Amino acid sequence: MKKYIIKRLFHTMISIIVLSFLVFMLLRLMPIEGYFTREEYESTTPAQRELILIENGIKGRPLRGYLNYMKGAIVFDFGRSNKIYPDVPISTLIIEKAPYSGLLGLASMIISVILGCLMGLGMARGKNKFPDTIGTAYIVTVRAVPRLVYLFFIQVWITGLFMLPLLFYTDRPESWIMPIVSLSLGSIAWYATWLRRFLIDEENKDYIKLARAKGLDEKYIYRNHIFRNAVVPLVHYLPAQLLLTISGSLIIESLYSIPGLGGLLLTAINEMENGLVLALVLIFSTLSVVGIFIGDILMAYVDPRIKLSEEGV
Amino acid sequence: MKEREFKADLFNVVEFKHDESKYVAYEKYSYWRSTFRTFFKSKFNIFLIIAVTVLVLMAFLYPVFYSSDPYSANTDFYEWNQAPGDGHLFGTDSLGRDIFARTWYGTRTSLLLAFIIAFCDVTIGVIAGAIWGYVKKVDRPMTELYNIVMNVPQTVYLIILSYILRPGFWTIVIAKASRGWLSIGKFIRNKVLVIRDSEYNIASTCLGTPLRRVVIKNIIPFLVSIIIMETALSIPYVIGSEVFLGFIGLGMPTTSVSLGVLVNEGKNSFQNYPYQLIYPTSIVAFITVSFYIIGNRFADSSDPKNHI
Repeated sequence: MKKYIIKRLFHTMISIIVLSFLVFMLLRLMPIEGYFTREEYESTTPAQRELILIENGIKGRPLRGYLNYMKGAIVFDFGRSNKIYPDVPISTLIIEKAPYSGLLGLASMIISVILGCLMGLGMARGKNKFPDTIGTAYIVTVRAVPRLVYLFFIQVWITGLFMLPLLFYTDRPESWIMPIVSLSLGSIAWYATWLRRFLIDEENKDYIKLARAKGLDEKYIYRNHIFRNAVVPLVHYLPAQLLLTISGSLIIESLYSIPGLGGLLLTAINEMENGLVLALVLIFSTLSVVGIFIGDILMAYVDPRIKLSEEGV
Repeated sequence: MKEREFKADLFNVVEFKHDESKYVAYEKYSYWRSTFRTFFKSKFNIFLIIAVTVLVLMAFLYPVFYSSDPYSANTDFYEWNQAPGDGHLFGTDSLGRDIFARTWYGTRTSLLLAFIIAFCDVTIGVIAGAIWGYVKKVDRPMTELYNIVMNVPQTVYLIILSYILRPGFWTIVIAKASRGWLSIGKFIRNKVLVIRDSEYNIASTCLGTPLRRVVIKNIIPFLVSIIIMETALSIPYVIGSEVFLGFIGLGMPTTSVSLGVLVNEGKNSFQNYPYQLIYPTSIVAFITVSFYIIGNRFADSSDPKNHI
């Protein structure tokens, strides 16, 4: 087990280094205007700008710039924002905004895991019957129709229907409802699809047929054999999902003007503020990589077969 | 012992009936015929196929039926924001452009985008996946590449590429296809590993079947159904991503016409002129949902387990 964790940790580190290096190098290709405010740009000479850029690691020796940046990133220092929030450290911005995205995401995740699993269970039990048809119709709609379209209609029509506020206010709890519901719609469908598939796969396996032939209670089979085994693959995805709640949803945060990280990334893109885009992209990718790493480890704990096969190699 | 004699009149010739033969034996089994028979057994599937064909034809041939130019803006105040009706079937937008024409033109752009991306994904994916599965040496580096790319959340990946490249048609193609081929490649690789070492292929090889025949009869049919399925399924995803990129300001330039541009324009004028959003989005929704269902249904009917 220890060997497996160390191996996976090594892979994770490599992934993060390669990723950050690629993103950093690609962003060096962006127009340099993105690193200055308009006033700064107009009041400096090209030579001064060059100096500032070299200082920040954007021009000059690429490897040194990258190393300096990563040295800062490890202690959570990504430099300062210049256009959107002049002179505020990016790390402060992130700490300020992450809780909103995180709280909303967490609430929606709890809802969607519970509802999604119930739905998947219902669909698998009533396979090819009414519940399955309804569930499939819901899943197809949510997955096939562009998210922006249905989220926008929900914001415009459903909020009015329930007399809920159209935008998000930090001090009005009722305005949190619709963003959470909107966030959950997609992931409910996702959990339901996966659980349904795993349940049906598991149900057709030989050991389940044997258990039935032995005359075991149907409820017992479902609870102790099918459900347990079917849930295992979902364990793999949960940590990454949990960590990525912080990144928020770009569409929802922008529609409801939630002061979260997704909205911040959107503003940074529109204002072409490269430093902020770089920091946010790096944080999101790192969270995802780390989440997948935790998922792998959890999987190995939950499913002994993985550990065995890895050690056998 | 007297040998029993069989007289000719004891027997009568039975005509080969396809429908009955499936209960008796697998003789004359044709993969493609069975796939299509299973697929077209459902009336709903037939309806979807017809509807999608009409839509696609409409998107490419609409100028034959409808003469308005999707780009022609109008300085005449009375031509702006016209309600749907005579002359403009879906009304006009804030610059007096005909929304009906724009919808079909946009559908064409988005379908083209989706087809190109699906084509790149599938071609590169299948070739890379086959090599990945057959050549043991490339397995490790390819798997590492796959892990690194797939570790980045899809939206973040799309955003960073569209941000660095200049937003436009080919940027979306590059951003989507540079990631899409990997997932198809991985899928094919897993299948190739299974098929290559499966008993029926080993048996064929032992019986002296040439590799060419194994590939044509046993492997290609399988891949073709995957290709059709992936193409159908990628259309809703591509259109969805295009709408999303348009929303965050990294999509197609607003001077061009595509479903993403239309949805975002319609969204901005929704408060005053809801029809400017509702008509185009109904068509987007119909296309994406039909392609999604067709892709999934086809995948089901291409599975030989569902043929009998």
